[in-house]
Amino acid sequence: MRPRDGRGLRLVVLAVLVLGLLGPIAAGLGQTGRAAFGVMPVLGAVDPGLGPWRELSAIPGLWTSMKLTLWTGLAATLLSLMLAVGFCAVAHERMSNSAAARWLTPFLAAPHAAMAIGLAFVLAPSGWIARLLAPLMGWGNPPDLTIVNDPWGIALILGLMVKEVPFLLLVMLSALTQIPLRQNMAAGRMLGYGRGLVWMKIIAPQVWPLIRLPVMVVLAYALSTVDMGLILGPSNPPVLAVLLTRLFSDPEIARILPASAGALMQGLLVAAAFALLWLGERTMRRLGLWWVRGGGRGSSAEPLLRAATALVMALFAIGTLAMLSLVVWSLAWRWPWPAPVPQSWSLKAWGSPGAGWAHALGNTLLLAGATTAISLTLAIAWLEGEDRARRGRAAWAEALIYLPLLVPQIAFLYGLNILFLRLGISGGHIAVIWAQALFVFPYVMITLSDPWRALDPRLTRAAASLGAGPWRRLFAVKLPVLAMPILTAAAIGIAVSVAQYLPTLFMGAGRVATLTTEAVTLSSGSDRRVTGVYASLQAGLPLAAYAAAFLIPALLHRKRAAMKGASA
Amino acid sequence: MSLCLTGLTVRLNQTPPLFPALTLCVGPGEVATVMGPSGVGKSTLLDAVAGLLSPTFILSGQITLNGMDISPLPAEARRIGLMFQDAVLFPHLSVGDNLAFGLSRTVKGRRVRRDTVQEALADAGLPGMYDRDPASLSGGQRSRAALMRTLLADPAALLLDEPFSKLDAGLRDEMRGFTFTHIRKREIPTLMVTHDPEDAEATNGPIITLSEAETSR
Repeated sequence: MRPRDGRGLRLVVLAVLVLGLLGPIAAGLGQTGRAAFGVMPVLGAVDPGLGPWRELSAIPGLWTSMKLTLWTGLAATLLSLMLAVGFCAVAHERMSNSAAARWLTPFLAAPHAAMAIGLAFVLAPSGWIARLLAPLMGWGNPPDLTIVNDPWGIALILGLMVKEVPFLLLVMLSALTQIPLRQNMAAGRMLGYGRGLVWMKIIAPQVWPLIRLPVMVVLAYALSTVDMGLILGPSNPPVLAVLLTRLFSDPEIARILPASAGALMQGLLVAAAFALLWLGERTMRRLGLWWVRGGGRGSSAEPLLRAATALVMALFAIGTLAMLSLVVWSLAWRWPWPAPVPQSWSLKAWGSPGAGWAHALGNTLLLAGATTAISLTLAIAWLEGEDRARRGRAAWAEALIYLPLLVPQIAFLYGLNILFLRLGISGGHIAVIWAQALFVFPYVMITLSDPWRALDPRLTRAAASLGAGPWRRLFAVKLPVLAMPILTAAAIGIAVSVAQYLPTLFMGAGRVATLTTEAVTLSSGSDRRVTGVYASLQAGLPLAAYAAAFLIPALLHRKRAAMKGASA
Repeated sequence: MSLCLTGLTVRLNQTPPLFPALTLCVGPGEVATVMGPSGVGKSTLLDAVAGLLSPTFILSGQITLNGMDISPLPAEARRIGLMFQDAVLFPHLSVGDNLAFGLSRTVKGRRVRRDTVQEALADAGLPGMYDRDPASLSGGQRSRAALMRTLLADPAALLLDEPFSKLDAGLRDEMRGFTFTHIRKREIPTLMVTHDPEDAEATNGPIITLSEAETSR
């Protein structure tokens, strides 16, 4: 095997990535940038100028909007990170990684919008929590409080945390397997430091470089989410991404210009938050060294860790309640205040699939299937290309994978849509598949990379010595042995695709209805039973995919003991 | 200062003890050696004394340090130092900061603490290496740094887990001399586990041979 091996394969992969992934993002940003400075020939706008920015800054509530965005995004990310670290310090010893992964799966699988809708059901003044409290508090009517869509964004922060804490936990647990945790813990304790302090002074600084990128993904998402912002966030003014989505969809088409300026502003906000993170990291390193050198064994950090653990458990409880409430509402018929469960049940909301949900389900399945197949093929081709070159991944390549998750969607999606319009594919399935794949591919790639590299190299070497060529080694050895992680990556791909809101909305031009677009639309005020149906399906689909990823290999390999542990 | 074990034994749930009950006292500056075949539970014994025993093991007997029973205390509160086979320097801290991490809190003041670490480094034949990356040290240097880090924590007793087994023959003698000199100078009672009879001879201390407990049943 020479380094030239697989050169063709690598060139194909590179070409597909540059044209299919990097190109659209750059072109989208470019179009957005042009429009932000007044150039959009389709609208007859040809004179560059600062007009769009003036129009943007004249929008009432813009500054409040931006402040809210920064506050909710930073608070949600920071709190999620702190809680995840605290929980990890306590739980990592008591839970195997595979057990933890099973635990976290439902929370990871549920799309943000479904979780948000469930939370709204639970937290609303007429929601589950208020109903349970009513007999104790003597409430005859639902309390007159604005809990969901509160002007401070507390509900939004909570919603983001319910989704992001499990994600960060998963990332941290996998990072922990890469450092000699037990040895470090023993060495630290033998020098007189308690568990919590060893965790903070020794383990956390080693874990941070391994989770920095995922934390940035969380931060970028929290600052620019549209669907969660719509469902849980402040209503007037809303967070910036929601305000911009409304502006882009304004009947008056010329509003696209100030909206584009706002989209660039959104990009700048995220960039500023990254800069803040970088500054925070440097400060923490300084302070941390100062703290380490002091040698303080100090008071125990256990109470703090325990508080973090309790809060994480509370988040899990609220998340479970939220998902449960989706199903309960979809089956409820009469449910008067303050009964804790419906008085009568009915399948009526489910009973008329022709009314819409069957169509949306079909679209969702089609999009998820196509984006996942494309992403998985590309990921396998990339990894196989790396194998054949017998080379690690360059830093720029790793950055390329994360790029679509770090640039806020709204900053380039509308610009990309302008491009798609010119190509004549806007408003169709192809445009939506392309746009969704930009976000599905990174997750599939990230999930598959570690198990792929962990594959025992002796297997392919043995195959080669038996005369198998590179393609036979791939199809007859690697792919079957890696069946479980490949299916897990596929399940994650499906979950990510199902959850996409903005790409489907913009690229589909409102004509491609999926479970997510319908659920988000329905969430603003219509019948909770119907909303419950859509959101249940939306959450159920990824969960079914995960279950299949778990069951199919178990069935395939039921007589192969050595394959049991070969999971992701 | 002395470290005493009284009727100490360890067993897994439902199984017989790993080794027969052990009773011994190690005085200040004395090094007691525990020898025995692989798998007899020598490392488990050290884990038990250190307080690092995994919860699946059950400990019986007493461990006293200067007359105080320390078995209910967590590892970090026992004031017992442990040297591993590998140096286990923290990879993200410089050599000096590794030692600073170990340095007892009773040494106060930034300046004084830094000077203490510098002195310890010089003492270990690592002068001026405060800012070095631990990964850039040789095997012997790493071992000496690790020992210094342990000693700076001012332990009341020391446990050595095959401390020289990973060093090559030439270094081994040097490191033995270095370790035992410091132990005697600071009068720390020490318990060492080893495979190597030469280690035991070098200590001039008592030797306990651990054999498997009677498992016939």
